Amino acid sequence: MGSHGIRDRVAIIGMGCTRFTEHWDKGVDELLLAAANEAFESAGVTKDEVDAYWLGTAQSGMSGMTLSRPLRLRGKPVTRVENYCATGSEALRQAAYAVASGAYDMAMAIGVEKVKDSGHQGLNAFPIPNDGTQRTLTAAAMFSMVAPAYAQRYGVDEQQMRTVLARIAAKNHANGARNPRAQFRKEMTVERLCAMPAVAGGLSVFDCAGVADGAAAAIVVRAEDAARHRDDPLLIKALSFVAGDGSGVLDPSYDYTSFPEVAASAADAYAQAGITSPRDELAMAEVHDCFTPTELVLMEDLGLADRGTAWKAVLDGAFDLDGELPVNPDGGLKSFGHPVGASGLRMVFEAWLQLRGQAPPERRISTYGKRSLALTHNLGGYPGEMVSFVSILGAS
Amino acid sequence: MRGILGWGGYLPHRRLDRSAIRPVAGTGGGAGTRTVASYDEDTTTMAVAAARHALRGAPARPRALWFATTEPAYLDKSNATAVHAALRLDRTVAAYDASGSVHSAMGALRAGLDGAGPALVVASDLRTGLPGGPDEAAGGDGAAALLVGSDHDAPVLAEPLAWTSLTEEFLDRWRTPGAPASRLWEERFGETRYTGLGLETLKLALDEAGTAPSDVSTLIVAGLHERAAKAVAARSGVPADRVADRLGAQAGNVGAAQPALLLADALERARPGQTVVLVTLSDGADAVVFRTTGALAAHRPGRTVAAQLASGVPVSYGTYLAWRGLLPVEPPRRPEPARPSAPAAGRNREWKFGFVGSRGDDGTVRLPPSPLDDARHPMADATGTIVTFTVDRLAYSPSPPVVFAVVDFDGGGRLPVELTDVDEGEVRIGGRVEMTFRRLFTAEGVHNYFWKARPVRDAEESG
Repeated sequence: MGSHGIRDRVAIIGMGCTRFTEHWDKGVDELLLAAANEAFESAGVTKDEVDAYWLGTAQSGMSGMTLSRPLRLRGKPVTRVENYCATGSEALRQAAYAVASGAYDMAMAIGVEKVKDSGHQGLNAFPIPNDGTQRTLTAAAMFSMVAPAYAQRYGVDEQQMRTVLARIAAKNHANGARNPRAQFRKEMTVERLCAMPAVAGGLSVFDCAGVADGAAAAIVVRAEDAARHRDDPLLIKALSFVAGDGSGVLDPSYDYTSFPEVAASAADAYAQAGITSPRDELAMAEVHDCFTPTELVLMEDLGLADRGTAWKAVLDGAFDLDGELPVNPDGGLKSFGHPVGASGLRMVFEAWLQLRGQAPPERRISTYGKRSLALTHNLGGYPGEMVSFVSILGAS
Repeated sequence: MRGILGWGGYLPHRRLDRSAIRPVAGTGGGAGTRTVASYDEDTTTMAVAAARHALRGAPARPRALWFATTEPAYLDKSNATAVHAALRLDRTVAAYDASGSVHSAMGALRAGLDGAGPALVVASDLRTGLPGGPDEAAGGDGAAALLVGSDHDAPVLAEPLAWTSLTEEFLDRWRTPGAPASRLWEERFGETRYTGLGLETLKLALDEAGTAPSDVSTLIVAGLHERAAKAVAARSGVPADRVADRLGAQAGNVGAAQPALLLADALERARPGQTVVLVTLSDGADAVVFRTTGALAAHRPGRTVAAQLASGVPVSYGTYLAWRGLLPVEPPRRPEPARPSAPAAGRNREWKFGFVGSRGDDGTVRLPPSPLDDARHPMADATGTIVTFTVDRLAYSPSPPVVFAVVDFDGGGRLPVELTDVDEGEVRIGGRVEMTFRRLFTAEGVHNYFWKARPVRDAEESG
């Protein structure tokens, strides 16, 4: 028994990512075609050379046919996967394990979400028939409870906490402003962010991820085959996933200042990748900043800051593009929005660009050339009841 | 000897100041306040609240349940069964609705008193008139429950010595099914008919009980015709200072619930050996003469009607109109919830209606209950403490914003749960809450009942 991972056994040889935005003129089919074709071109392969496909979408389509139909895939195994907001990451995990096992030589992981067709604000889960006793609170409200809990536990006063959260949003907006694929490309000052009215707990709309449509894709092969396709692939060092048992919502000892599922998946990923000091070894991290307090707590759960210190590191600029460890250099969910099935692969796409030196100079991470490992973190659910995914990717 | 073994009144938390009506409606209104059911309350949930007050600490459990209202949440489908489920009564306890007319409440009480074994008789009403109309201002929302039975079941606190009933068909007020408000005949006609009927039935009942108006300690005259009720009281021969306050100034006329609510209030003020007479004016008249017993001295009612009258907080006229569906307000741009699944609700009946969790071998309390735990763990009467909370202005609610808290219950168990009867500014970490049965929303005509938490208010805590 054990979680052994597939360190250095699978490589990404091509990726694609659409702009994340309100694609009023593009449907699921167009978004999938755009991301898939960019990935095929990037890897220099055709759709027929790819042996198997994993499609991540939370609720924009059912079954593998959501992909096989628009791509006109014939006789291929195409699987649709769903794992809350970590759906895109789950597609990559399945595709990578499939080639690692030897079952297939080449696989594609692709994620898509067409959120803006719903006509409602925010993300809305497809209703599953139930007894009517489930909570109907928004994710914003659920995560808003993290901020006062964190502030109280670590003695951060209300005004300081407001500034810390605004500082996280300002950083991600600044990064997104430099990224042509981002939904929001405007810098926002801490002062302006602090002045926004609250909509859920203490959170304003600008503490929340945007809402956008988008798609992203990756093509994976076994590492020994990668050289046949390119000399600069991205190696998968670790893929970890933890589904919580939901006990946080019924456990009186849970205090809303950490996400144990994230800490567990990070520990597993670091063990798989042989990482002992993430903040010294990682070149960058793409994390699931669905709400600003989420990113704050993730810094501690992922071991990028000691418990109770992430707020200071945020204020010190440690996670800025030019900081010690850039976090969400592409702009994060904050700037990209969150097309659920695509987000996890969008994070990998940023690692793909940054670690291989493909990010343009104006948005290149400070650690480029000095470190060569990236972390992506994707979660789904709520404080106390979530799923968490962590990957470690390396340029060599 | 059969009689009243216990009671409980329920008045919702909100009060509408009648003076707020005229500036908006251009007419109507008046002085004082009326009670207003919250957007998440209906006659079924208020009946549950009153019944819980009546059964708290009661020595007898009912063997039959009667539910009377003019404003049933469902037709065809029984509403008494939801009350039954929320009270976690045994499945061998029969549950019947008596709905439509105000008079059905007296019929239910009579059926309960005439039956065998303890019976819980609950009356509940929502009184709505058109904006600016007399029923809007005079009405109130509330419920009352009477536990009746014999002295074999529990000490009888008040014994009915006589009950007379006169039935007469005439038109004073009427409402066709589905109509938003009742319509009234010219006032003098009803006043004349009801005054005569009330005085006649009172005399018959007092004669049957072998007592005289001068022996009456408290005379209650209930009925929707205010002038007739006043006239009966004035001409009854009972001294004016022994005529019970109909609670119109603070609560309004709670319709089908009025007889039991006023009787509960009277019994909470009564001493042993007194004569309490209840006259009701509805499609005829009933008069019941009760004699309180020595056991009343030892009886400690729960949350009294007087205490509930003294509490309560204002609701604006606009909010009242919105809650009643008389002023459609722009909803949040979120999808409306789906109707609950009937099989899922049926399977999870104990949790959904009864608020029963589970307890594991290690003592862990789980809400909702886990199929891996053997022990059921009833939580409806548990109080708890707010650990953290949030206010959600984005989520769908029939009355935004949603105020939501994580609650740790005394004796174990945690639940993130919606709060009700609360203003967002008054919520605080460490605040104390209790559970209340509410209607979360209605989708496709299906009322989604479940529990919410509400602040424990010291003014109401008298037992």
